[in-house]
Amino acid sequence: MKKVGGRLTLLALVVVLSVIFFIPTYQPFYQALPGWLKQVMPNKGITLGLDLQGGIHLVMEVDEDRAVEIAVDRSVASLQDVLVEKKIPVESVTRTGQAQVTMQFQNAELKEQIQKLIDDYPTFSETASAGSANRLVWELREAEVKRIKDSAINQALETIRNRIDQFGVAEPIVQRQGLKQIVVQLPGVKEPKRARDLIKETALLEFKMLDEDNQSKLDLPSRIPKDKEEEVLKQAESKLPAGDQILFERGVDKDTGREYRIPYLVKKRVMLTGDVLSDARVSIGQFNDPYVSITFDGKGGREFERITGDNIKKRMAVVLDNTIYSAPVIQDRIVGGRAQITGTFSMQEANDLAIVLRAGALPAPLKIIQDLTVGPSLGKDSIEKGVQATLFAGAMVVIFMIVYYRLSGVIADFALMLNLLCLIGALSALNATLTLPGIAGIVLTIGMGVDSNVLIFERIREELRSGKAVRLAIDGGYDKALLTIVDSHVTTLITGVALFLFGTGPIKGFAVTLCLGIGINLFTALIGTKVIFDLLNQRHKVGQLSI
Amino acid sequence: MLEILGKTSIDFMAKRRWAFLFSGIMVVLGIVAIIQIGRGSANLGIDFAGGTAVQLKFDQAIRIDEARKVLEANGLGNAELQEFGQDNKLLIRLKASTTIEEKVADRVVAVFTKEFASNHFVVDSSTEIGPTIGKKLQGDALIAILISFAGIILYVAARFEFRFGIAAALATFHDVLAVLGAFYILDKEITLLVVTALLTLAGYSMTDTVVVFDRIRENLRMRRRESEETIINNAVNQVLSRTIVTSLTVVLVLIPLTLAGGEVLHDFSLALLWGVIFGTYSSVFVASPLLLLWPGASGRLLKGN
Repeated sequence: MKKVGGRLTLLALVVVLSVIFFIPTYQPFYQALPGWLKQVMPNKGITLGLDLQGGIHLVMEVDEDRAVEIAVDRSVASLQDVLVEKKIPVESVTRTGQAQVTMQFQNAELKEQIQKLIDDYPTFSETASAGSANRLVWELREAEVKRIKDSAINQALETIRNRIDQFGVAEPIVQRQGLKQIVVQLPGVKEPKRARDLIKETALLEFKMLDEDNQSKLDLPSRIPKDKEEEVLKQAESKLPAGDQILFERGVDKDTGREYRIPYLVKKRVMLTGDVLSDARVSIGQFNDPYVSITFDGKGGREFERITGDNIKKRMAVVLDNTIYSAPVIQDRIVGGRAQITGTFSMQEANDLAIVLRAGALPAPLKIIQDLTVGPSLGKDSIEKGVQATLFAGAMVVIFMIVYYRLSGVIADFALMLNLLCLIGALSALNATLTLPGIAGIVLTIGMGVDSNVLIFERIREELRSGKAVRLAIDGGYDKALLTIVDSHVTTLITGVALFLFGTGPIKGFAVTLCLGIGINLFTALIGTKVIFDLLNQRHKVGQLSI
Repeated sequence: MLEILGKTSIDFMAKRRWAFLFSGIMVVLGIVAIIQIGRGSANLGIDFAGGTAVQLKFDQAIRIDEARKVLEANGLGNAELQEFGQDNKLLIRLKASTTIEEKVADRVVAVFTKEFASNHFVVDSSTEIGPTIGKKLQGDALIAILISFAGIILYVAARFEFRFGIAAALATFHDVLAVLGAFYILDKEITLLVVTALLTLAGYSMTDTVVVFDRIRENLRMRRRESEETIINNAVNQVLSRTIVTSLTVVLVLIPLTLAGGEVLHDFSLALLWGVIFGTYSSVFVASPLLLLWPGASGRLLKGN
């Protein structure tokens, strides 16, 4: 007589553990539990994937090359300042290529004087071969280029995380994937477009001066419809003064609701950037129009004071990502480090603008290379239909097993339930994310579970046919089916592991449920059902087996 | 005891020529499908090919020809449309010719909002995938499949004989290719979910084959005097009722999933359904006869116990 006590205890333990781990997945029940119990219980169960509950999945790439260019542009701007300060008359300082700064000057004697400046720019080295008597070329060092590229992605990650935190999404995922990709997952987001814009916006805030002296010479149109910017740029191209550019202010016609653009001639030189902000929040103006008030940090405040003091009665443009928000006339020196960004925006737009300004600018533009958005309605539909169909299918199998194998079929159905319970328990314990392919994995393992029982039962039937007694037939059936079951499970496990190691995204989810399911299957088929057969035998000394 | 099949003694091996002919045709179809995928002219889902897919759910029924006209008028003429009748759902797909920067999805939504102002809709899902990611997914899926096949051949070779491993892998390949070929012929879209289904059926078919092989090995050890053909035939007959019962239960699961599982699960379940049918067929008519093509040294299995 085989002992069944130990195996029964093990079985009971597994069931209880599975139930405990599963409970947090079913929130209504979990929330109703008393507090002390929640303390000692696991608090997180299975999360539904985006395909099941709706949400956004974005994969973005940081434009690293642009990040380098931006860094070089900054050095160019600061170099220009220094040259003006030291009264060195240089014809032009420009970025050439990605990482070069080229300086042109008339007077060849200036060369030595400028060359000395490189001591203050240790990240650059002189490229003598590209220079001449009237030209000096500096290039960003290789190591620095690499550092900028590396830090660009980390900075971008940090910034996106900040923005999403302030936007308020439950359980967002923001992580690096590979060398230069960022994955963002926002489950259950109701306004996908808004969230996407919020993430993608570079949010580079710049203060630039208008070139009012030259604006009249260009005879720019005063107001153009949206999408006509290209034409204006083309017309003005030839007449554009050096060091100037055309930027557009965005506006909305109050009567027609149409967007329009106002072109301005702006000096390329950046007076101040958003780096020096310490805060940004939404305020309401006297006509109930929202604006964003910004506060500079100490250094930024002093700088702002100096700039406004130097440019009284001139117009300064507030530029965000190359779009002018407003271009007010500076009335007086602004002390105290505060300023306002006004423009035609809605409350929500003002809110989002404040968020991106607070969270800081991205080091470089992002390129969205994958964007999956699932509306909450589709998620609900696919769960409902999928669950209904699965339940119906499950019922068919349960009934079929009982009809075909009688009492043994009931035992097999018990194993099936045990299987499902353990699998869900294990997934809960791992805090796995369940996706549609994951469900497919569950269906496959359930199928394999049924198959294991069919294999065993058919073997037992064979043994019975050859005239063996019930107990011997059961033992023989299990013994002979064992090898087959192990072989078939191991081969499938190999597939599962390979898919887990080398697959991406949804395929990985499938692999996880498959691998777990296989392990659990082996357990329920070889221990779960056997112990029940043994128990039946022990109690009743079965003369005939219902199989 | 309720039985679908009693004790059978069908001479499966004698029919192997017909089976090889049929299977050969299916495999060729599958290979054609793979070549077409490689050339980019098969109906690849946008998750592999890159592009945009937007699914809209309307309040009232929408005529697909009207929707097409509207899209064409707005410069989106290369869109593929598919409707899910009962739910007033419309799926609009645009392949990779457009770049992601343009936000094609927003454009599609704008067009429908303007032209079908009286018929309110919600965006069920929208997907935009850059072509580089599609290529990477393709590559990853391929590597995973190749590695798993290599692993299985090694395992089966270690547990049985090398020729068993090769035969099992070939039979599994056959099933995957057959379903892929069928999808290609019917011009069904090959998405990531369909590839998952192919992997699932590979697992299923492998199990099926291993079960038969196991019985062959057992019989080889017990009845040394009979010819290999007889031994294989007996083994297939002995596990036949198991094969049928298992396939039947899986088919019982898949039919409701295919018919009523919703549009997301439909193609997935369909691929699996065909896969089960091919998998059952192949373990009997392909994997086992392959062993006969390569009789080789059955010595090792006879010695070991």
